Amino acid sequence: MHEAIEDLLADYAEAIDDGALERWPGFFAEDGEYQIITRESHEAGLPVGIMYCGSRGMMEDRVQALRTANIYEPHTYRHLLARPRIQRSAEGFAVRSNLCVFRIAQDGETVVFATGRYLDRIVEDGAALRFRSRQVVLDSRRIDILLVLPL
Amino acid sequence: MDIPVTHAPGIDLVWPREGVTRVPFQVFSDPAIYAEEQKRFFRGPIWNFLCLEIEIPKPGDWRLATVGETPVVVTRDEHGAVHALVNRCAHKGALVCLQERGNAKALTCVYHSWSYDLAGRLQSVAFRHGVRGKGGMPEDFSPEQHRLEPLRVEVFCGLVFGTFSDATVPVEAYLGETMARMIRRNLGRPLRMLGMHSQIIHNNWKLYAENVRDSYHATLLHTFYTTFKVNRLDMDGGMLLSEDGRHSISYAKRDTLRQSDEYQKVHAAQYKSALAAPELLDTWTEFEDGITHCIQTVFPTLVVQLTLNSLAVRFFTPRGINKTELFWIYLGAQDDDEEQTRKRLMQSNLTGAAGLVSLEDGCINEFVQRGTRGSEDRNAFLEMGGRDVESSDGSRATETGIRGFWKGYRELMGF
Repeated sequence: MHEAIEDLLADYAEAIDDGALERWPGFFAEDGEYQIITRESHEAGLPVGIMYCGSRGMMEDRVQALRTANIYEPHTYRHLLARPRIQRSAEGFAVRSNLCVFRIAQDGETVVFATGRYLDRIVEDGAALRFRSRQVVLDSRRIDILLVLPL
Repeated sequence: MDIPVTHAPGIDLVWPREGVTRVPFQVFSDPAIYAEEQKRFFRGPIWNFLCLEIEIPKPGDWRLATVGETPVVVTRDEHGAVHALVNRCAHKGALVCLQERGNAKALTCVYHSWSYDLAGRLQSVAFRHGVRGKGGMPEDFSPEQHRLEPLRVEVFCGLVFGTFSDATVPVEAYLGETMARMIRRNLGRPLRMLGMHSQIIHNNWKLYAENVRDSYHATLLHTFYTTFKVNRLDMDGGMLLSEDGRHSISYAKRDTLRQSDEYQKVHAAQYKSALAAPELLDTWTEFEDGITHCIQTVFPTLVVQLTLNSLAVRFFTPRGINKTELFWIYLGAQDDDEEQTRKRLMQSNLTGAAGLVSLEDGCINEFVQRGTRGSEDRNAFLEMGGRDVESSDGSRATETGIRGFWKGYRELMGF
């Protein structure tokens, strides 16, 4: 099972780094939650972060918006994931792993865009493993320029 | 013929004779102007937003802030009074408070243990009388002569403002009646913080000051607004300015939409899609005046926003000539129920660094910064909605708010 969970985490990062964002909502359960929040707000127990999706539908809207409505300079991400720590939970698995995301701009500039950790609740959804919730807790409160692609 | 006027050593700037309808691109990139702003503008007769009162609720609480690039610490003393002090030790100039927020009975510099009370008065100096009878300060050393430099402070609707100038009029007079009334409407109730983050934008701070006063761009650049009918210029709305033109309110009434053909001609309206999850825009009527979208600027660097039910305070601070930090503090009312907090959480997606209707502002000002490189002798053209600095009640197809900013800026800088 550990291997299947690691595959899910790797597949998720691959989809985003490859620009296959239409695949992104599919990693979540139908009513799955996704949030990007700062460490500061997370530790203070505050509800509002930087991005929140309360369902797969909201993720689809995000993808639709970034494809057709939002305006920004083209860029891609490269995720580096660290080994996850996996614990059994009542509903499935509680998983924590570190991330480091580089942002590559069209002029070639590559910067460390985000570091932090994923706090995941993963469930068996039919034959597949899916995120019941995925919280990205960013170490820094600062976003460079803007955040449009999910982490 | 225009004759260059030197306003300060090293500044050669000719403001075009067309006045506030032109802005020399030089003001966004000239290091001499940036340096002069630190003195003449940020230490001039203006109220600088420092923090929210709810960030320092208890005696002994402090929070760091900046005025221009000057580091400031805001404290609440044992009697509940709020103080703002330059965060610079009176001895050698080191930062006194290091953590972004904290609580203490006294503020002590780590360098040589000079210690101040929460009002900034020097309480004690390490080894003042020397050690074993040797060394120490001269006999005539007087602690009263050394303190943390204070700013004047005023709190209005939970907003803590500071000024370096004795000439700054009280906050309510500074704002004027219309501006004060709207701040009371949105913030004049017990509030709680829902979250906070910031954004580094790679442009001069004044480009963001323009951007938030620019009701012309909002529905063109931010196509999500337009498509989902959150905010459009074919709704009843307007751009209200304070009497001096420095502060502004851009507002809209969502229920008054009468779709205009003009939008069919702009790219903003080409995004045709229904939301898969329309709960993003689930709202409740928070105020009975019909205003559903309100972006209010307080000169120079504060914004109060109530878009649908997303209540937030934004402020920005220069971090260098072409680098600005933009802060977002999301708020709710203390008596919000769970459902209302959930709606504010949903709608927080609209604004911020990843905001569906605001993320473009993270790059658009940088596009101006980059676009104007090598063209410092050219000007921006700001004649949408006329050439004056007046409220435009009824239409937001205007740049009057931006002209108002430049009017205030020029008054302070002497340009």
